Amino acid sequence: MIPTPDLSHLKKTDYDNVYEPAEDTFLLLDALEEDAEELKAMQPRLCLEVGSGSGCVSSFMGSILGAATSLYLTTDINSFASRCTSRTGTQNKIPIDSVTTSLVSSLLPRIQRAVDVLIFNPPYVPTYTSEAQEAQDGRDIRGAWAGGINGMQVTDMLLEHVEDLLSSNGRFYLVAVKENNISELQQRMRQQYDLESKIVLQRKAGREHLHVIRFSRS
Amino acid sequence: MVRLITHNLLACHAKGCTTNNFPLQFKDVSIELREAEFNPEFLKGFMPRIEWKALVDAARQLGDTTLPSEMPEMVDDEFLKNLHHALLEVHVEEGAMVCPNCNHVYPVSNGIPNMLLAEHEIA
Ligand SMILES: C[S@@+](CC[C@H](N)C(=O)[O-])C[C@H]1O[C@@H](n2cnc3c(N)ncnc32)[C@H](O)[C@@H]1O
Repeated sequence: MIPTPDLSHLKKTDYDNVYEPAEDTFLLLDALEEDAEELKAMQPRLCLEVGSGSGCVSSFMGSILGAATSLYLTTDINSFASRCTSRTGTQNKIPIDSVTTSLVSSLLPRIQRAVDVLIFNPPYVPTYTSEAQEAQDGRDIRGAWAGGINGMQVTDMLLEHVEDLLSSNGRFYLVAVKENNISELQQRMRQQYDLESKIVLQRKAGREHLHVIRFSRS
Repeated sequence: MVRLITHNLLACHAKGCTTNNFPLQFKDVSIELREAEFNPEFLKGFMPRIEWKALVDAARQLGDTTLPSEMPEMVDDEFLKNLHHALLEVHVEEGAMVCPNCNHVYPVSNGIPNMLLAEHEIA
């Protein structure tokens, strides 16, 4: 059992501005824990989490792999989230290099084919396009869930770059819900980018049917 | 945290700024040194992903002159210790990073770089 990261330093006022870990987060932690031995054997040197929110997931990655094994790089569009991520790293003795940016902007040219583990628990809730756009422009907590048409508006923007980012044996963990049309998404990634994928875990939580999909080069 | 390992991965992404946009130059920065766990295997594994000249220049800009101008082919323990310190123990806490090409300023606060652009600046 890998302990869930200590989040006792985060208070209600933090969660007014930053996504509080929920069922989707915990399903992702469970998926990473199931793959823990494989992940360790890969000896990743660069782990990148997009949309790190509280920092819970990257801290957990750090406890699986070891604080000094990999660089733990995170991005979030919400600067409150970047700050929480960094504090959560400190609290759990995992050095996390947190950057405020959209997706992989400003990093992409330098990390092509260099990311060993890429993680994204995106804003996946279907909303009007305008709502997702306002959330992105606002760079605030609404961006934690508002996902536009099919809940894919933000995820789609990252999917374009995944093949570019992954190292030769790199892998990508994505959280998705049924409304995101998961099998269509998997097929698209295979046809356009030759990336294979597998649903590693799924769980129903309230109205959400949550999935964690793992992609890798075929 | 803006450590030099992360600085080495960041480029300007403002609209139209596609050449000479790396590495960003530090401006008015305050630095903290914090010890990190030494892992030679990590350093050796990460070395191929480093832009060496950018790292050496950035380290010198922050007063660390221990790194050789060329990435050595054979690495010894002393070199790895210096690399470890430069990459992982020097934290830029406050200040800014400026694009050498378009002069766009990216602020650093609480050790976190803000790379967001205003809408009209996005490519
Ligand atoms: C569902 S939350 C997940 C947070 C955390 N990773 C977790 O699992 O608890 C989605 C996160 O993505 C961030 N986000 C939304 N749009 C983004 C974008 N364009 N670039 C980077 N992060 C984004 C949100 O601010 C939020 O922190």
